[in-house]
Amino acid sequence: MAAIELDGKSYEVDEEGYLLDLNQWVPGLADIMAKDEDAVLTDAHWEVINFLREYYEEYQIAPAVRVLTKAIGKKLGKDKGNSKYLYELFPYGPGKQACKYAGLPKPTGCV
Amino acid sequence: MADFETPEIKEFIGIPALQEGSMAHSSPFIAKPDHQESLGFPGELVENWQQVALEKMDDLRTRYRSFQVFLDSCVKCGACTDKCHYFLGTADPKNMPVARQDLLRKVYRRYFTVAGKYFPKLVGAADLTEEVLDEWYSYFHQCSQCRRCSVFCPYGIDTAEISMAAREIMDAVGKGQKYCNEIIGKVHTIGNNLGLPGKALANVLEGLEEDVEDDTGVAVKFPLDVKGADILLVTPSADFFAEPHIDGLIGYAKVFHETGASWTLSTTASEAGNFGMFIGSYENMRRVSMRIRDAAKELGVKRIIFGECGHAWRIAYSFLNTLCGPFDFLDQNYPIPQHILEYTWGELEKGTLRINKEENDHMTLTFHDSCNVARGSRMGDYPGGQFDYPRNVIKAVCNNYVDMDPKTTKEATFCCGGGGGLLTDDLMEIRVKGVLPRATALKSVVENEGVTHMAAICAICKSQFTKTLPYYGFTMDQIVSVHQLVSEALVMKGSEQEAELDGTDGDDTEE
Repeated sequence: MAAIELDGKSYEVDEEGYLLDLNQWVPGLADIMAKDEDAVLTDAHWEVINFLREYYEEYQIAPAVRVLTKAIGKKLGKDKGNSKYLYELFPYGPGKQACKYAGLPKPTGCV
Repeated sequence: MADFETPEIKEFIGIPALQEGSMAHSSPFIAKPDHQESLGFPGELVENWQQVALEKMDDLRTRYRSFQVFLDSCVKCGACTDKCHYFLGTADPKNMPVARQDLLRKVYRRYFTVAGKYFPKLVGAADLTEEVLDEWYSYFHQCSQCRRCSVFCPYGIDTAEISMAAREIMDAVGKGQKYCNEIIGKVHTIGNNLGLPGKALANVLEGLEEDVEDDTGVAVKFPLDVKGADILLVTPSADFFAEPHIDGLIGYAKVFHETGASWTLSTTASEAGNFGMFIGSYENMRRVSMRIRDAAKELGVKRIIFGECGHAWRIAYSFLNTLCGPFDFLDQNYPIPQHILEYTWGELEKGTLRINKEENDHMTLTFHDSCNVARGSRMGDYPGGQFDYPRNVIKAVCNNYVDMDPKTTKEATFCCGGGGGLLTDDLMEIRVKGVLPRATALKSVVENEGVTHMAAICAICKSQFTKTLPYYGFTMDQIVSVHQLVSEALVMKGSEQEAELDGTDGDDTEE
């Protein structure tokens, strides 16, 4: 099983780089994962990542795309509350890519 | 992310020059031991896997007469060779349906036919080696069980059944696919493919109620677990999560609202899809189906309606009664089960829905027939109803509609390229290559007929297209749900849209 090394600690990830134990997550992991995909995390990314983690904590699943866009729209203004904005931030899909950075499991099913 | 070349999209769908072994490397992630075991399969490859595999094959050929007939009756006529979207997109000869079948057939011949036992070389029989098993794992996960090849087979061999059997054998020896098996496990434990718990589902539905009221001024409900409702709606969990799926869900709710239907969703039956079929497992298919029966009984509904989900509808229409019937407790005056398009088309015919087609005038639509609806089910009470109902509904709510090349629609429709358990990122290469025929047909109507959007009635199709068509220059928002179109055009009583149309803006039209 692959792992990410950070500050002398080893974090196990699955075949696609998703963290196996979401309780282990620390913000530094998101930066390493992003770097691996040639992305640099800005405050805008962190707004999404933090929201995902909050939502997951309450609902035990990542938010639906619509729930996410609505929440981001409320927080950052209506012009950002759409999936186009989220795809600009996370080109591999806000659901999957942002979930990965947030240490959450990948959404499965017909999505 | 893409470490493969996207095929060139040409003017017509052509037969490619063969590239032997071009997809031999394609292989999805193997299921983890806990995913396997929760479905009743061994956690990992068992030591005596050959023996187990052959015993399973023997069991299947005696249990399903069709399976043995399919294995025995192929005459290698070649009619199927150029019919598979994965072959057309990859040029790998092992993706010709006959060649894919032969991966299993050669083993069957070796161990279960007289000629194969004594003269294996003469009849193309081969030993079951680890190499063969790996080849099965690769190429039986390059078949979406769409059954297009079967339409052209003069013997009616159903390649999907062979792929299902192969996957069932692989599960039995402990070599299952992660994507399917993890998902089936989630259905058993949480109630849907996504793993969406009841609390999150309720949160999504509440949000939708707010959104629809904001948009229309009408308090449309999205009821959950309402005992005594007339209708149980069973829809793919992607409808609660992804786009454009969720816009279709809004459409169902508006139609129910406008027709005064008493309906509910269920937390435990919050999934229409049934991946048990993909892995050929009758037991899992049955277990997944039973949730629907149990929910219907528990809620005391009179009818069951399925949302836009291709494989779900095949199972619902063709197998539900066998899997978990009889449904003698439901109202026998309605189809059991019913498709949401049958419901909506029925209401449109009756004239109960007020439609403003102009709302969809900024689009020119075409329609993608989902493989399992097209070739494994029906709508209405006549053959071919499954082709007419979606088109009737689209045309009733849109002014601009164009069909794609008839060689790519209706019973000859191409799979989206993501069906049958292949809608996973670890199979992105085969998915992108497999969508080529559909992309080619779409491109043609876009360029020649001004088509701007393609509507679909399956969660897998919608997700697959939004993800893979951009590789060919389309944008993800060109894919729409059929009920999204209904939603846009529907003028609900007391809505802002009604006020605007009737010139009574600003009036208090609320009831």
